Amino acid sequence: MGDSFLRHSPLAHLGLAARATEVSEFEATKFEADDAEAGVAMGERPYRGLVNLRGPAGDKAFDSAVEKALGVALPIEPNTTAGPGKNKDSLRVFWLGPDEWWVVTPGDGPAMADRLRTALAGQKAAVTDVSESRTCIHIRGARARDLLSKGCPLDLHPRMLSAGRCAQSLCAKAMVALHQTEDDSGDGAKEGGPAYDVYVLNSFAEYLWLWLEDAAREYGLRITAE
Amino acid sequence: MTQTFRLPEGGLIDRERSLGFRFDGSSYRGFSGDSLASALLANGVHFIGRSFKYHRPRGIFAAGYEEPNALVQLGEDPRTDPNQLATLVDLVDGLAARSQNRWPSLDYDIGALNNLASRAFPSGFYYKTFMWPAAMWMKYEHFIRHAAGMGQSPRERDPDRYDKTQAHCDVLVVGAGPAGLSAALAAARAGARVVLAEQDHLLGGALLGQVGDTIDGAPALEWARAAEAELRALPEVRVLERTTAYGYFDHNFLTLIEKVTDHLVRKPDHLPRHRLWKLRAKQVVLATGSIERPLVFRDNDRPGIMLAGACRTYVNRYAVKPGTTAVVFTNNDSAYGAALDLHGAGVEIAAIVDLRREVIGPMSELAEAAGLPILADHAIVATEGGRRLKRLRAAPMDASGEQVYGSGEPIDCDLLAVSGGWNPTLHLHSQAKGEIVWNDELGCFVPGKASQAALSAGACNGDFGLASCLAEGAAAGQKAAAAAGFKAKGRKKATPKATDHGFLPARWLWLVPSDTPLGHGGKHFHELQNDVTAADLKLALREGYRSIEHVKRYTTTGMGTDQGKTSNVNAIGIVAEATGRAVPDVGVTTFRPPFTPVTFGVFAGRDVDALLDPVRRTPMHGWHQRAGALFEDVGQWRRAWYYPKNGEDLDAAVKREVREVRRSLGIMDASTLGKIDIQGSDASELLNRIYTNAWKKLEVGKCRYGLMLGEDGMVMDDGVTARLGEHHYLMTTTTGNAAPVLAHLEEYIQTEWPELDVYCTSVTEQFATISIAGPNARRLLAELTGDIELSPNAFPHMAVREGTVAGVAARVFRVSFTGESAYEINLPASFGLAVWQAIMTAGEKYGITPYGTEAMHVLRAEKGFIIVGQETDGSINPIDLGMDWIVSKKKDFVGKRSLTRSDMAKPDRKQLVGILTDDPETVLPEGAHLVERLEPQPPMTMLGHVSSSYYSPNVGRSIALALVKGGHAKKGQKLTAPLLDGRTIGCTIVDPVFFDTEGDRLRG
Amino acid sequence: MLLIPCPYCGERDETEFSYGGEAHIERPKDPEKLSDAEWADYVFMRPNSKGILLERWVHSHGCRRWFNLARDTVTYKIHAVYRMGEKPPRVPKTDYV
Repeated sequence: MGDSFLRHSPLAHLGLAARATEVSEFEATKFEADDAEAGVAMGERPYRGLVNLRGPAGDKAFDSAVEKALGVALPIEPNTTAGPGKNKDSLRVFWLGPDEWWVVTPGDGPAMADRLRTALAGQKAAVTDVSESRTCIHIRGARARDLLSKGCPLDLHPRMLSAGRCAQSLCAKAMVALHQTEDDSGDGAKEGGPAYDVYVLNSFAEYLWLWLEDAAREYGLRITAE
Repeated sequence: MTQTFRLPEGGLIDRERSLGFRFDGSSYRGFSGDSLASALLANGVHFIGRSFKYHRPRGIFAAGYEEPNALVQLGEDPRTDPNQLATLVDLVDGLAARSQNRWPSLDYDIGALNNLASRAFPSGFYYKTFMWPAAMWMKYEHFIRHAAGMGQSPRERDPDRYDKTQAHCDVLVVGAGPAGLSAALAAARAGARVVLAEQDHLLGGALLGQVGDTIDGAPALEWARAAEAELRALPEVRVLERTTAYGYFDHNFLTLIEKVTDHLVRKPDHLPRHRLWKLRAKQVVLATGSIERPLVFRDNDRPGIMLAGACRTYVNRYAVKPGTTAVVFTNNDSAYGAALDLHGAGVEIAAIVDLRREVIGPMSELAEAAGLPILADHAIVATEGGRRLKRLRAAPMDASGEQVYGSGEPIDCDLLAVSGGWNPTLHLHSQAKGEIVWNDELGCFVPGKASQAALSAGACNGDFGLASCLAEGAAAGQKAAAAAGFKAKGRKKATPKATDHGFLPARWLWLVPSDTPLGHGGKHFHELQNDVTAADLKLALREGYRSIEHVKRYTTTGMGTDQGKTSNVNAIGIVAEATGRAVPDVGVTTFRPPFTPVTFGVFAGRDVDALLDPVRRTPMHGWHQRAGALFEDVGQWRRAWYYPKNGEDLDAAVKREVREVRRSLGIMDASTLGKIDIQGSDASELLNRIYTNAWKKLEVGKCRYGLMLGEDGMVMDDGVTARLGEHHYLMTTTTGNAAPVLAHLEEYIQTEWPELDVYCTSVTEQFATISIAGPNARRLLAELTGDIELSPNAFPHMAVREGTVAGVAARVFRVSFTGESAYEINLPASFGLAVWQAIMTAGEKYGITPYGTEAMHVLRAEKGFIIVGQETDGSINPIDLGMDWIVSKKKDFVGKRSLTRSDMAKPDRKQLVGILTDDPETVLPEGAHLVERLEPQPPMTMLGHVSSSYYSPNVGRSIALALVKGGHAKKGQKLTAPLLDGRTIGCTIVDPVFFDTEGDRLRG
Repeated sequence: MLLIPCPYCGERDETEFSYGGEAHIERPKDPEKLSDAEWADYVFMRPNSKGILLERWVHSHGCRRWFNLARDTVTYKIHAVYRMGEKPPRVPKTDYV
């Protein structure tokens, strides 16, 4: 595609990596809480492979071709994801609609699209690489749920959304796809609390980031390099 | 000044924390836990404002959100709030409040003359007086507002932060009195997710203002403390204090306002002042309590006249004596409780004046036993006192309750505690469209059938006894939890035992008689905030108003900031009596949100300034900024408008940009164009049905321009679509229509043509799109690609090729919106900036010129290309645009049938034409009207309007596009454009293509 | 603010949806055969009745699927939800004046 040093992610211009050590608003919250941890940690996870897949779920040829290509059956339960491995960074398939999925891969989007296209050649299906259309904002922490609730009309209660589930909705005035990656007790969560990947269109990324950063002011925000 | 009226002990106040505050410039002290009202009363301040219309002195009347009088202005600009209820303002150290409705000062108020001239202010006064001429209204309004004193809005920008959040729960309990606490406990114990919202900062509701009630043998407030502790310890319970549920909307959607920092002296920057909760509850339990009703008697509005229940609250909760010598005036048993509490606090009870013929009831009997003086079957017929009540007269009544005997005995007092019964606070129930029914025995409206998943419990449901509140609350909480899927497990906790008495028996008299007829001497106020009297209601009825909604609007009763919380039922009662109707036949006025006033700030929340609306950026946005571009908003996108050099203005920069594109080479960021990936064996069929022209024969690797109509035949969008494969297309849309066009396609595919094998996916943001245009475009591109053959034969106009540009995988379209030889290069979005920079570097030798949307508009107008939304407005069809050539006669497509409707064939439809001004240097303003015959002044018969207009350096004169009635047949005709500034511009209708009419440059 | 049961995603806030007007108005198979009045009736005319209306919605900020609702235009109560192509369910009669 091109040399990767030529790439610029949708949030690159905000210099988030350079800010990754600071805890903004931390001083402001200190008099209230003894807990020195920020309530929310947030960072950009750009350049994920993202392939949009359309096709008739339930059609045997379609289902099996996809399963063979991905190593996992397509999730057909609404608002769920499926993946072949336990590693949370490996390939995951998101249910987006009754005939629409995203294949999310840490690898190369176009290559994944080609693999699926080959597997589905001649079938009623559509494969579209959309890796370049969105970036991902990772949010975690004890107040991550409260933060998202400010902008998102979804019920994020653990009974309604838990690790491994996904949903398309709005956050503030941006369309998002939400993927909960960890439950409240999730391991490796320095801040505790749940963790989410929020997928947002490139052009809305700066707006959404700034909106979330402003919303996180009362919780204390730590910026992470993802 | 010391707190002379503070009781030596008791109350829910913290005497260790003494707070200083100011009211109208004087300094006072109060305690933590005080409201502004209780702190003022502790200092003997009753006179707190003047009334709305007559500017009569008014005092603190209530102790809660129903307060009609004690409106104050808080704080200083810019942090100032008008119309704040002193009864709800938590006292904080340094608080500064001012009285309203007075000018120039509370003591010397010019408007008080209105009271002397009150006969000049009958109901409907404003409607009758300030009617004509309309132009005078602005002057009237200024006078009225100044005199009426609605408080002052801040002049500066509000410096505070406000926030909004959404929330969900199984059971929302509104109100944390005994019923609410009991309901929350029952629901929470069943495992439901509970939100308990209380407008006060203490939980307990009516229990906070009453002593003597017991639950399981202990003081009732101890039970409330234990309930609160249990609730706060439960993980699925959220207790929101200082939070008012003010709106109840469809499908159990409620809005709550939480006052986060108002009570803090130091307001932390990171916290919002108020937070709006947009809450969706599976079930709602309304436990909102009740509001005491005043009695309507002569001159019932003087400072020192208060609701009886409020007196109890001031004594018990705030340890404040609201007076020295009190009279109690009642029609029911509950006010005797107030008399006992006042008596216990050392207030002398001069008399209990009871409208009832017999003194019976549990509290009455206790008062009798305590030896308090009682005047049964008596009415208060007059009161005296200016800034404070001094004296009143009570007289015996006749059996009908319509007349009194004599003028009554004078009684000296400085406090009059009034009770006219109790109204359930059924505002939210009614907002949710629940029924309201009249209860004759209770003398009030009570909730009928709910129309949403809501239950009312306790006093707001007409059940006033403490034991009933607890039992009904628990039952409602349990029922709500069960309905939300949480059945209580194990043995039910027994409902605690409690004292249980309401306010009955009572005698309902809507209007208390006096020794003079109504309207002759003194005023019987039923509505304190808007100064409306019983006489005003009767006048409205005499003038023919029957519907209570009309009476309300004509008299303005219940239309103040308190929305008639204490007055509405009395107004209905008086109207019913006067018209010989039953109360339920008169009906109630509509309850609307908000329940109590809400700061505008929370509606905006944090969606202000930079966060007001998304600013959509293209991958090259930063480059445009660094290049000094000015931007224009195109929908939510921010697009480079022009790139001024050396202090150029818009005109100079655009002239340079459009010249350079035609001279050598221009570059534009076209990433915002909508792009839709269309795949499937029926992709061609879909395009055939959606576009006006035919698609099946388009070769792979070729592009075609398409026009899309709505089913009404009007132009909806246009753009170029490329065939990438046998069953694969890429459609482009205009910037603004990217989402609507995809929605349009999906609607037809999903709802009309599900049989089609076709899938659409938006790829607008997958690609950065760089457009290079001009005589040197091909030469430049050749330097940047090695794998795309660029000769005109190999890569003709309207073709698409794939390869690499500047080392990056790219799809290149040879399409043109400028009329120049041009290429649109689609790149993976993240490489857009790098390739743009590579092109700029390579293009230096050609003097490559970045151009913005303004230059693009000029360039396309030179060629007569339309812009959807500029040359079209939803009422323009392809024939109007002269684009019959693109409309297929053979196949059906969306909107085709409409093109042959009779209206579409009318010769006087507005049609697209070119316009040339007589003076080539004059540029018509866009939107200018065009007329055939100029009249000395409007109106003139308008033929059409200018849709696009520019100075074109390439044509060497001004050019314009216009929509003119029958324009196609009027080529060569002279028109005039009369402008707003008085100029009239002569012009001629011409063909709308001004430059390179043969299109040679395009194909070169 | 309505709570709309998307037949695919479950109950979601109204802000995620767009309205599509009355349901079961099929695009005529052969528009050219229709009179002007018949075509205008298809394109423009809707009874806008009071009571239970069968109407179309699209979950535009969710799964992007179209579906049908039986919704009372007076109480806003949603009586049924069903997918495109499915037969409308039996709904109670509303008796509004």
